[in-house]
Amino acid sequence: MKFISEAADKRIPCYRVLSDDGYPIAGSRFEQVDKETAVKMYKSMVTLQIMDNIFYEAQRQGRISFYLTSTGEEAINIATAAALTSDDVILPQYREPGILLWRGFTLQEFANQCFGNSADYGKGKQMPIHYGSNKHNFFTISSPIATQLPQAAGVAYSLKMDKKEACVVAFTGDGGTSEGDFHAGLNFAAVMDAPVLFICRNNGWAISTPISEQFRSDGVVVKGQAYGIRSIRVDGNDALAVYNTIRAAREMVIHEQKPVLVEALSYRVGHHSTSDDSTKYRPVDEIEHWKTARNPLARFRKWVHKNGWWTDDEESELRGSIRKQLLNAIQVAEKMEKPVLAEMFSDVYDDLPSNLHEQEKSLRETIKRHRQDYPTDVPV
Amino acid sequence: MLIFKNLEQGIRVIASRAYSYTTKEMTVLEALNSALHEEMSADPKVFLMGEEVGEYRGAYKVRLLKKYGPERVLDTPITEKGVIGWRRSCPRLNEVEEILNKYMLQAIDHIINSAAKSNYMSAGQISKYFANTIIFRGPNGAAAGVGAQHSHWYAAWCGSCPGLKVLAPYSSEDARGLLKAAIRDPDPVVFLENELLYGESFTVSAEALDSSFCLPIGQAKIKREGKDVTITAFSKMVGYALQAAEILVKEGINAEVINLRSIRPLDRSNINASVRRTSRLVTIEEGFPQHGVGAEICASILEESFEHLDAPVERIAVADVPMPYAANLERMAVPQIDDIVRDVRRACYRSSLLAAAA
Repeated sequence: MKFISEAADKRIPCYRVLSDDGYPIAGSRFEQVDKETAVKMYKSMVTLQIMDNIFYEAQRQGRISFYLTSTGEEAINIATAAALTSDDVILPQYREPGILLWRGFTLQEFANQCFGNSADYGKGKQMPIHYGSNKHNFFTISSPIATQLPQAAGVAYSLKMDKKEACVVAFTGDGGTSEGDFHAGLNFAAVMDAPVLFICRNNGWAISTPISEQFRSDGVVVKGQAYGIRSIRVDGNDALAVYNTIRAAREMVIHEQKPVLVEALSYRVGHHSTSDDSTKYRPVDEIEHWKTARNPLARFRKWVHKNGWWTDDEESELRGSIRKQLLNAIQVAEKMEKPVLAEMFSDVYDDLPSNLHEQEKSLRETIKRHRQDYPTDVPV
Repeated sequence: MLIFKNLEQGIRVIASRAYSYTTKEMTVLEALNSALHEEMSADPKVFLMGEEVGEYRGAYKVRLLKKYGPERVLDTPITEKGVIGWRRSCPRLNEVEEILNKYMLQAIDHIINSAAKSNYMSAGQISKYFANTIIFRGPNGAAAGVGAQHSHWYAAWCGSCPGLKVLAPYSSEDARGLLKAAIRDPDPVVFLENELLYGESFTVSAEALDSSFCLPIGQAKIKREGKDVTITAFSKMVGYALQAAEILVKEGINAEVINLRSIRPLDRSNINASVRRTSRLVTIEEGFPQHGVGAEICASILEESFEHLDAPVERIAVADVPMPYAANLERMAVPQIDDIVRDVRRACYRSSLLAAAA
């Protein structure tokens, strides 16, 4: 009679390519990234970082109601996006706007969604940062945690039935792995042989719950085997390692038509969202350490710099330009009209039902009678 | 003897063949499965998935499995949130989810927060890409001696949710027509069946046997015309209401019985039109009284037909307790025919007793 121990002798090792100083680690196998891709990756990481800062400030100024940053996880966002194709369907949690950014979602489009104006693809029906875009194969973000995981198995099954050369990429955080949907999603994907790439951004914190209080296992990577799913742990702050891991995992998922689990270790530098103040439950010097010494942008910049592909001048020029574009996008989005009244009643059902038709009519009559009480910036 | 037997058999065969061109006796379960078969053969995008629910139902699923193959009839691991979450995003496929609706609570987040809301919250983007057509069907409500956790009626809870359509068939014709309508409907539908009705047999008309047959969603049916009082009911209670009406007619009370068929959208216009004719209303449901379907119907009548009422509206529902298991207690917790008769008498001012339990 032999019990399997609750903990292995050693923790599962973590795949890394670049050291903290941006030098390739001796003995680490990786595929080289060309200059064009590397520069695009770095520029996107910078754009994401600045976008987060500026939108966060906009919320603090009361211009948008809510925002959530991906600060500290720029490498996971951008390197993953770079390693996928535009046909791969993304089912995000909410800390992955970098994927949209990489795929061409403009700063104006981000701003429009946050302001819920008439140009927002979501027609003002969702909270800020809950982006969605059919043309970018990015599912509209849904707030409840981990619900996208069993859904991912379904989407993947459909890709499989259509024999598409693409996979589904579903994200969750460390907290999301405690949800029942994590179990349902992974189990289903495994049993149905669904081509899903599950990526867990283990950033150490689920709002105020640290991973020491989230699970007793060796992180998330070990859970894969319990479902019969191949898995790997990668340093999420190492853009090259993430790029290589996702490339390899994607190949496996598509050619073997089965799910793979990737645990990307990182740190949530920002607060959970604008509704949170993380200094209340974690030390400020811990945040500073990960913001500076363990910063994924700094690490990747050192490598790109060393290859002679990026200069300090280009850096300051880029940062200045992005900042200006963002401030402009916010101004434009803020001034733009909100969605028309009819949008409140559309898309509840496929066709507008009679009761909603009546309610809309009744509302319009009320507005006509009391024009002076109706807000001027909401088009009828 | 042999010849006679053969002749008898022959006559029976010919008679039944002639009979099948006009009407047919069908159990509700047979009706549901015939509807599934027809829709699955008509449209290759329709597929069925769910958990094994029992021998006899498993047997039906086996036949579907043999005919349409494992890609279209999927048996799944036992996790309701998985089953529903999974399908929620299976693109371009019309799906029929079969779960024990009594376990719906374990998947309620996906039914409400995903299925009902995501078309709205994505401004239609999710459905342009992926079909929103999904039916959550399965047995629901009390099934005789199964205890509180297996006896919950979800009509009121699901019926309050915009984005969902909620249907509750009674007869085999309802089962066929509504299931077909649900499969063809682009919105998510919660299809509330009743386990005790599965084995009940009804006559189905030739029109209803046709594979193109479909009932409109959102329209109630007047099962019995009357002029003294309107009784609304759905699912098993329709049968009880009809039986109560037969008893009442002997006392000179002519009741109109409405089979709701659709909980959301509720056929407010037909119900109100009926009450304007009869001036009295009794609502029956197998769900809990507070915030129930009857409460919604009452509100609708008060809003639109207040002046037409000659008596307060009466609501009949299950007892406000978790369903007990013991047979005698269960019988007292669920509306019975004599409860309906007594209540209708009170609505017609034929009873001097005000207490509900007489």
